[in-house]
Amino acid sequence: MAINTSLAALDEKYFDFAHARHLLNRAGFGGTPAQIEALRDMGLNRAVDLLVDFQKIDDSQHLPAAKINADILKPPTKEQRREIRQARRSNDQAVLDRLEVMRRQQRQGDRRQSEDLGRWWMARIISTPRPLEEKLVLLWHSHFASNYRTVRDSFLMYRQHMLIRKYANGSFAKLAHAMIRDPAMIRFLDNHNNHKRKPNENLARELMELFMLGEGNYTEQDIKQGARALTGYTFHDNEFVFRQQMHDNGSKSILGQKGNFDGDDFVDILLKQPACPRFVCYKLYRHFVGDLDEQVTPSARKIIFKMARVLAAKRYRLSPLLKTLFKSRHFYDPSVMAGKIKSPVQLIVGTVRALGTPTRNLDVLIDAMSSMGQRLFNPPSVAGWPGGRNWINTSTLFVRQNMATYLITGKLPYRDGWSQRDVEYEPMALVAELPKRTPETVVDHLLSSFVAGSVAVQRRDQLVTFMGERGGRITEERMIGLLLMITAMPEYQLC
Amino acid sequence: MTDKPVFTRREFVHTGLAIVSTVPTMPAFLQNSALAIADPADVPLTASRPGVPEDRILVVIQLSGGNDGLNTVVPYGMRQYYDARPMLAVRERDTLAIARADGIGLHPRLAPLKEMMESGMANVVQGVGYPNPNRSHFASMDIYHTASAGSGKGYGWLGRALDQVEPDNSTAMISIGKEAPLASKGKRGSAVAFENANLFRWAGADLNSTLSSHYNKINRAGVLSELAGVENEQAAFVMRTALDAQLASDRVRAAVAKAPLTPFPQGSLAGQLRMVASMIRAELPTRVYYVGMGGFDTHGNQARSHGNLLGQFAAAMKAFYGELKAMGQQNRVLSLAFSEFGRRVTQNASQGTDHGTAGPMYMFGPMVRPGLLGNHPSLTKLDRGDLIYNVDFRCVYTTVLSQWLGADAKKALGRAFKPAAVLDRKVTT
Repeated sequence: MAINTSLAALDEKYFDFAHARHLLNRAGFGGTPAQIEALRDMGLNRAVDLLVDFQKIDDSQHLPAAKINADILKPPTKEQRREIRQARRSNDQAVLDRLEVMRRQQRQGDRRQSEDLGRWWMARIISTPRPLEEKLVLLWHSHFASNYRTVRDSFLMYRQHMLIRKYANGSFAKLAHAMIRDPAMIRFLDNHNNHKRKPNENLARELMELFMLGEGNYTEQDIKQGARALTGYTFHDNEFVFRQQMHDNGSKSILGQKGNFDGDDFVDILLKQPACPRFVCYKLYRHFVGDLDEQVTPSARKIIFKMARVLAAKRYRLSPLLKTLFKSRHFYDPSVMAGKIKSPVQLIVGTVRALGTPTRNLDVLIDAMSSMGQRLFNPPSVAGWPGGRNWINTSTLFVRQNMATYLITGKLPYRDGWSQRDVEYEPMALVAELPKRTPETVVDHLLSSFVAGSVAVQRRDQLVTFMGERGGRITEERMIGLLLMITAMPEYQLC
Repeated sequence: MTDKPVFTRREFVHTGLAIVSTVPTMPAFLQNSALAIADPADVPLTASRPGVPEDRILVVIQLSGGNDGLNTVVPYGMRQYYDARPMLAVRERDTLAIARADGIGLHPRLAPLKEMMESGMANVVQGVGYPNPNRSHFASMDIYHTASAGSGKGYGWLGRALDQVEPDNSTAMISIGKEAPLASKGKRGSAVAFENANLFRWAGADLNSTLSSHYNKINRAGVLSELAGVENEQAAFVMRTALDAQLASDRVRAAVAKAPLTPFPQGSLAGQLRMVASMIRAELPTRVYYVGMGGFDTHGNQARSHGNLLGQFAAAMKAFYGELKAMGQQNRVLSLAFSEFGRRVTQNASQGTDHGTAGPMYMFGPMVRPGLLGNHPSLTKLDRGDLIYNVDFRCVYTTVLSQWLGADAKKALGRAFKPAAVLDRKVTT
C-alpha cells in the first residue's frame, strides 16, 4: 500500500484508540489504557494542542527544582593562586600535594553533583505532566550534544540543560544563537581556544555539519571562515564573555556572503540556507516519526521537505510545525505506527508510565540505561546518540527485557528470589474497566495498549493459553506473568 | 626460542553452509537460528565468508586507572628513578632481570610475565603514548578507545575495524562488563556486553518457572515461524536480534558452564579470561573479546596495592595461555593489554603517584615478537616532570589491525600510522 505523504490533518473521525496510543508514545512516553482512552475522547486537535502547548499545563506540583551548587568547582582565588605559584617555585611538595588532594576532592564533589543531576532529570521525565517537553529536551540534548565526560563541570551542564528547556518548543533560531554562547558547548567544542591568531575550527565545523546544515552543504573554506567569525566567543566563571582582543575583525566570506561577521552573523547566515530547515526537520523526523536506519526513504524525504517549508514559513518556531506533524495523515500511516525502536529512556519511562509500575530504585534504572547505551548528560559524542537499530544488540535486548521484569516485580535478576510478596504493584488496575474479563479479553486489551502494531495470532494465542492455565481466573499472579511475557516480546521494543 | 607456528587459516566446517546453498532465499541468520534451535551447540552464528582469516581472535585487556609503568618495567639502572621515588622505587635486587636489557627489570610480582617473555609468548612495548597527553582518566581513555584526540564522532577503533571485517556478525565482539566499551562502537552498533553469563538471558523465567516454556514458544519458535512474513523493517530487525540473542545466550551459557581444563587463579581478571577461554573453546564466532581490571589509580600507599595488581594481571595472563594451550587454541589468540596513561615520575607525599603520561603496553601469544621492545623513556629529558613517549599507541593498533585482524588500519584509525614491529614477521594476513 502506498505510504501517505500528506501533512494535511487526519480527519477527527478517524482518530481512534490506536492513534491516541501512537500519539502518546511518540509525543510522550506512552500511558495507561485509561489515559489513552482519555486522549482519544478529547479528539485529535485538542489532544495535540494540549501536548504541544505544554506551557499551559501546571507542573509545579510534580517537579522538585534541582539542587545545584553553582560554585562547586570555583576557580582558585587570587590568594590560592599565589600560594600555588610559590609552592611551585620553591618545589614545596607538601603544599603541592595538599592542593592536589583538594583539587581531586573538588572533582569528586562535582562528579557526585553530575550524578545527582542525572537522577533529577530522570525523576522529572518519569513524573512530568508535560511529556513532550521532556521529549524535546532529549532531542535537543542529543542534537546540540555536549557531555559531562568532556566538559567536566556539572553546573555548566545544568546551565545548558536549562537553556535547551527554555527553547524546547520555541524557536530553533533562538536556540542556535544561544548555543554559541553556552559555556558548556564552548568548552565541549574548544571555542574558548578559538583565537584570531590560532583559530580552532571545532565549533564552526559542528555548527554546519551536525547542528544546522548537514554534510555536503558547505566547504572546508566555509569552516575556516566561520571559525574566524566565532573567535572571542568564550566564557569566564560560568558566564559567556565576548573577548574583543581575541576576535578576528577582518572580512570573512561564508557561503557566498562577505562581511566583518561575528558568531551571531555566522548563525544567521546558516539559518538562511535552504539546507537548514531541511536538516532540522530531518532530525525532528528521526526523533518523532521514523528511525531511517537504512536510508532516507523517498516518502520520508517528501515529508521532510514539506515540514521544512512549514518551519521556514513559521520562522523556525517549532510548536506550529509540531502541531502540523502530530495531526498529519503521514504521522498516522500504518508504516509509521510501530516503526520506531524505543530508546532506553522511552523503554523505561514508558514501562513505568504505561503499566503504572512503581519507579523502583532510580539508580538501578540509570545503571541499566547505561548498559543499554544511554546515559543522560553523557551522549557518546558531539553527534549525539545514533538511535534506531544502534540501541539493540543481543545483550542490550536482554537488559531491556530484564529491566521491564524489574519494574514489574521489583526483583533484580540473580539477586532476589521470586516470591508473590513484596511486588508492590497492582496490575489489576489495568483491567479494572474491562466489562468482561476472560483470558482473551485481557490479552487483547493489554496487547492493544502496550504493543504498537500487531502481534501474530499464534503468539497471541500462546498468551491466552497461559492466562487460561489456572481455570481462566484473572489473578494478580497471572497478570504479572502476562506482563512479563508481553514486555519480553520483540514487538515491545517498538513504538 | 620456541618454534613459531605457521599461521594458516583454519578450515571451518559449517553445517549451516550446506543449507544456505540448498535454500538460497532463506536469510543466513534463519538457517543458523533454525538449526541452532534444534541443537544450539553445533552451528556457528554466522556463515563463513571467504578471504577473511576468521579464526584469528584478539583479546584486549584494559588496565583502568593509569598503571604506574615505572614500577612495572623498572629502570633500576637510572639514578634519577631512585631520586624521584625515595620511598616507592623498586630496589634493584628485587627486580626480575630481563635478558639483553641492561639496567631494566620487571617488578618482582611479574614472574609469570617474565617467563612468558622468555618462552616467546609475551612482549612489553616500552614508552607508549601519544602527543599532547591528557591526564584525565576519561579523556585519555576515550583517546585510547577512539584513537583520536577529540572523541571523534563516537566510533571506536575496534568497532570501525569490525565494520570492515565482520559486517554481518552480530556477535563479532564480546565485552565482559556492564557496558559495551566505546572502542567497540561501530556503524553497526557495539559489542555484546554482559557482566556474567547468567545475566545474558531473560530473568523472568527465574521468577516464575511456568513462564519459561511460554516464553520460549513465543520468542523462539513463534518469532521464527513469522519472521519471513514481517514487513515492518524495524520489527524484523528486532525479531532477528531476538533470535540471535536466544541462540547466543544458549551457547555462551553452555560454554561458560564447562569447567576449564587447567587451573585459574582467583581474581576478577582471571575469572573474565576463564570465561573468554571457554567461549573460544566453544567456537563462538567472536573475533574480539574485551576484558578489564581496575584499581591502577594509585594516588596513595601504592607499593603494596600496585604489586598485588601486577601479580594478578601476570598470573591471569599465564593461566589464560595455559588454558588456551591445553585447548590447542593458543595460536589463534593474540592479547593486548593497555592502560590510559602512566604516572608521574616523582612520587607524591602520600606514598603514591599522580597521573602521568607514557607507559608500557603488553602483548601475549605465540605470534608476538617476544621480549622487551623499544627503548625505555628517558628520565632526564622530561616534559614538565612527565615521561615523553617513544611509540604512538596507534602504531601498535595499526599492526594489530592490519597484520592480525586483516582490517584496513587507516580506515579504522582515521589516518595512516607506521606499523610497530610487535608481531612475528611471519604473521601476515
